[in-house]
Amino acid sequence: MSEKAGLSPDAGLAGTTDVAPARAHSPEIAAAKARRWGAFYYAEQVLRVMKGYSWSIIMYSVGHPVAYLFAMGVGLATLVDSQGAGAFGGVGYVTFVAPALLVSAAVMTAANEFTFPVMDGFKWRRTYYGPHASPLTPQQIAAGHIMAVTLRFLLQSAVYFAAVALFGAAPDGWGWVTILVATLAGLAFGLPLMAYSASITEDKGQFALVMRFIVMPLFLFSGTFFPLDSLPLAVRWIGWISPIWHGTELGRVFSYGYREPPLLTVLHVVVLAGLAVLGWVLTRKQFAARMGR
Amino acid sequence: MHNKATVSSGAAAGAVQPAEEPHTEPRRIVITAENLTKTYGDVTAVDGITFSVPAGESFGLLGPNGAGKSTTMKMIGGVTRRTSGDLHIMGLDPDSHGPEVRAHLGVVPQQDNLDEELRVRDNLLVYGRYFGLPMSYLKPKADELLEFAQLTDKAKSKVDALSGGMKRRLTIARSLINEPRILLLDEPTTGLDPQARHILWDRLFRLKEQGVTLILTTHYMDEAEQLCDRLIVVDKGRIMAEGSPAQLIREHSTREVVELRFGSERNTTIAAELDGIGERLEVLPDRVLIYAHDGEAALEQVASRGLRPLTSLVRRSSLEDVFLRLTGRSLVE
Repeated sequence: MSEKAGLSPDAGLAGTTDVAPARAHSPEIAAAKARRWGAFYYAEQVLRVMKGYSWSIIMYSVGHPVAYLFAMGVGLATLVDSQGAGAFGGVGYVTFVAPALLVSAAVMTAANEFTFPVMDGFKWRRTYYGPHASPLTPQQIAAGHIMAVTLRFLLQSAVYFAAVALFGAAPDGWGWVTILVATLAGLAFGLPLMAYSASITEDKGQFALVMRFIVMPLFLFSGTFFPLDSLPLAVRWIGWISPIWHGTELGRVFSYGYREPPLLTVLHVVVLAGLAVLGWVLTRKQFAARMGR
Repeated sequence: MHNKATVSSGAAAGAVQPAEEPHTEPRRIVITAENLTKTYGDVTAVDGITFSVPAGESFGLLGPNGAGKSTTMKMIGGVTRRTSGDLHIMGLDPDSHGPEVRAHLGVVPQQDNLDEELRVRDNLLVYGRYFGLPMSYLKPKADELLEFAQLTDKAKSKVDALSGGMKRRLTIARSLINEPRILLLDEPTTGLDPQARHILWDRLFRLKEQGVTLILTTHYMDEAEQLCDRLIVVDKGRIMAEGSPAQLIREHSTREVVELRFGSERNTTIAAELDGIGERLEVLPDRVLIYAHDGEAALEQVASRGLRPLTSLVRRSSLEDVFLRLTGRSLVE
């Protein structure tokens, strides 16, 4: 059964066709490979599905920054900047909002990719249960889903950053780090949300509520369009617990050298990483519990 | 009657032999379940069942909905943990060796879970990747399986566009992508029209001829009779009987059955007048069944007592009768 094992190296995407009908490698090899690479195998599936709507991903990735930067940079900025740039730490308004927009875009993508597709996997089209019968584990299925979405964050943020750079809104040489910051913020917001999505057994419009009552307030009150300090204390806490605020402030440090106490910069990283790790642990638990029933 | 001879032949964990050879004694045991139990809270879905399956056998779990068939299949498939008892597939415990057990299996679930956003052929390729299979193997294999499932001309279609029977065949093709020697089929033909069922049975029969071990659940007695070498009749999580379809019919029913309909109100009252005809009488809401060795003779006796049923039918006993005898209930709701 296993003579053929190991003879044909994993050809990945190579399109070579064997002359004689090849045999599948042995179950032992299949299991060993799945234990090692299973998350990547599932990520491959998610990316294939994303390819099906790649056009809308590209339109979103390019259209969103161009529209926002144009509105802010050409429209609002001319008005704001004419009042004197002091309020925004001595930088132009577009430079001030660009990192915030970049981070917010990743968080909004997270709000899409970690809600409906998860429900689809468990309930609507039950797409998680196909791979669940294969050697993959529930944890690997969750990890693969996350890996594919992380890749989307990176690509989308890179495109966004390119647009920001074209608008001259990332003067610092470290500006590109905002791509990573936005990705981390996407995971910090997205993974706890994914754990929540995985716990939902009945769709009662929860995701629409998440969009309206969590994502939108965070977007508006996270120091996105104006410094958090200009808000009354009563609502400032929204910023403090918001991954968008932590991501935005961190992004500003890199994109235009925004000055804040170094300890605060460390805190941003700790909060974002902490939320992502917490979300990952909860997601793993939820996936294993729900699929193993 | 409980044919347990197979159990003693030893399910040594390491000795993995290909199952292709003709069936020489003793056949290797590929699945053993002992006192297998699964409870969900207060509900006992599977209540201590014991069976074993040798390589190449076509083994069925026959029972009504809610009998615990699917739960048993999920435990064998290594996706649901058992509450107690022992279970080994190819000598491996699915609770501790989930990926290894699942790598041995092909699984056709009760509910199709194909990737509807991918095209037909891509469903096979993607699934093969979960087993770490390289594209150089998967591409020709996918074409071969599409041919087998009679879906070659649908290779580039969206899954949405397939009929129920086609989706089922695609699911079976998908389950074969890793060339499994054990195939789990959970109600493979439920919801299909008769023609689609027959195509599916034919495909499954071919797999059986190739020596693939089939484990299938069904609540259709004709399906069980067509496909199963041996089966267990399950009800409320327990095994009621075990044997080949012919054996079960011989042991739990008579050769023939006379079905009489007197009209729904009269069936019960007339039953008393049929006393003594055949070996056994079963009164159902819509008909009376007389179990007899010679159905025609029994029917003549009915006529000689001056009883005139609205319709009468003499037929061979089936697994439906076995189930009725064992549980006092009908199989199909």
